[in-house]
Amino acid sequence: MSETLPLQQLARARDCSRSEPAIVRYIIIALAMAFLTIFVVLPLVIVFATAFSHGIGAYLSALADDEALAAIRLTLLVAAISVTVNLIFGVCAAWAISKFEFPGKTTLNTLIDLPFSVSPVISGLVFVLLFGAQGLLGPWLQAHDIHVIFAVPGIALATTFVTFPFVAREMIPLMQEQGTSEEEAALSLGASGLKTFWRVTLPNVKWGLLYGVLLCNARAMGEFGAVSVVSGHIRGETNTMPLLVEILYNEYQFVAAFAIASLLAMLALVTLVVKIALERRLEGHRGDH
Amino acid sequence: MSGAVQQRTLPGFGLTMGLTLTLLSIIVLIPLAGLFVKTTELSAVQFWTIITSARTLHALKLSFGLAFAAAIVNLIMGMVIVWALVRYRFPGRRIFDAIVDIPFALPTAVAGVALTALFAPKGWLGAPLAELGIKVAFTPLGIFVAMVFIGIPFVIRTVQPVLLDLDPEIEEASASLGANRWHTVSKVILPGLVPAMLTGFALAFARAVGEFGSVIFIAGNLPNVSEIAPLLIVIRLSEFRYADATAIAVVMLVVAFIVIFIINRLQRWSQDRAVTN
Repeated sequence: MSETLPLQQLARARDCSRSEPAIVRYIIIALAMAFLTIFVVLPLVIVFATAFSHGIGAYLSALADDEALAAIRLTLLVAAISVTVNLIFGVCAAWAISKFEFPGKTTLNTLIDLPFSVSPVISGLVFVLLFGAQGLLGPWLQAHDIHVIFAVPGIALATTFVTFPFVAREMIPLMQEQGTSEEEAALSLGASGLKTFWRVTLPNVKWGLLYGVLLCNARAMGEFGAVSVVSGHIRGETNTMPLLVEILYNEYQFVAAFAIASLLAMLALVTLVVKIALERRLEGHRGDH
Repeated sequence: MSGAVQQRTLPGFGLTMGLTLTLLSIIVLIPLAGLFVKTTELSAVQFWTIITSARTLHALKLSFGLAFAAAIVNLIMGMVIVWALVRYRFPGRRIFDAIVDIPFALPTAVAGVALTALFAPKGWLGAPLAELGIKVAFTPLGIFVAMVFIGIPFVIRTVQPVLLDLDPEIEEASASLGANRWHTVSKVILPGLVPAMLTGFALAFARAVGEFGSVIFIAGNLPNVSEIAPLLIVIRLSEFRYADATAIAVVMLVVAFIVIFIINRLQRWSQDRAVTN
């Protein structure tokens, strides 16, 4: 007993040397909680409060509206296209960058990240400048009656641009960490290249891949600025869910606007929960090595 | 290194590299290059006239100025929040830690309508603020609020891992050598966090400058008052004034690239420091 007492005192002194006075602690915690409540919790709460302000019947009929259903279908289609393209790109880029040495690797990495630092509006603008009526390829497209801008291909292109780095960004560091020895072993035992990827590489990185796809999908479904520029807002045809939120809001149909917004907010919340679960798994995996 | 020789035995370099470069070119590089090609159609004088017109200049100043102010708030409040999350234990800490990412995850249009509803003159926060004589929604202050919202995660998520990794013995040594707590924090801990803080600040600034969805609902969008640069691009496009839209976009892109360059330098600097330590 007499020996534990000094140890406890030492521990307490150690804690004190690494912490602030109680009053400072309380002020910092209160400030942090107040700021996050005002700027993050309240906006989230008001989305659902407004969506359900006229009861669940009004909420459901807003979602069952033809325009809402068309917007949901288009959003799912565009997300499916851009996630597929980015999945193919992400896996290819990660394989090339993580398993081989070549000059210009750093530049390639920077170029892949480029869309992250481009304003969403500019991400849409570049496609208008390329494919629009006055664009570089505009006259040729018009002559061949191909519609890109104010049509689904333009929306898919702009969304793919905006979400381009997501899968690659998650896969490259993860596959670099894995090295090449397991793949080399599989190959020397006679497995084909594709089989090696499928049986050896993919199981090692599957959670990271899922994580990248998840973030890519959330951004693809929620993208507003880039899509707004290329969509043309043709009702029932080129409106995605975020664009419909804007239209309904500007028409003062608040319940309908917030009903669609609540679906997107739920998507964000589910993404966040799954993301936290995946992060735990990824950390667990790293701990195993 | 024998590794380099062995790595050549892995198959698929040609195929994956080919697909990577093709997709990167089609989706990112060629469209971005198209923007600069379009700019060359403008003479220097035309470019200068567009950029220095009163309305454009006001929009650019508003976007950059408010983004800078918002990033400063993100830096200060980000440090308060990250300190609370990493150093203290309090009820709901894990939930608060998780919701820091909401501004990343929430679609910008949803954030836009939610913030507007919240800060509108009759909104939950707008009404009490209006009684104090403060108008937030449909003023430049509203733009600032939206920019603060979307910039929240950056400083927190860049500083958090560094603060978690900090060696506790440095602080103990500082305290045992007689430094008071404020000295230990400001002279021993903060300098180690500076590269991460600046990176988070730069990321928040870059995001706020280009932000569109969460800002336009709350902004009011009055020319020469509360019109941000990205919105002016959209307006010029709808008027088919492509040259104007392109010129504004090029200015914004060049600034964005400068910010990336600075961030890369900061990260190299912090890595070098980590190595020398």
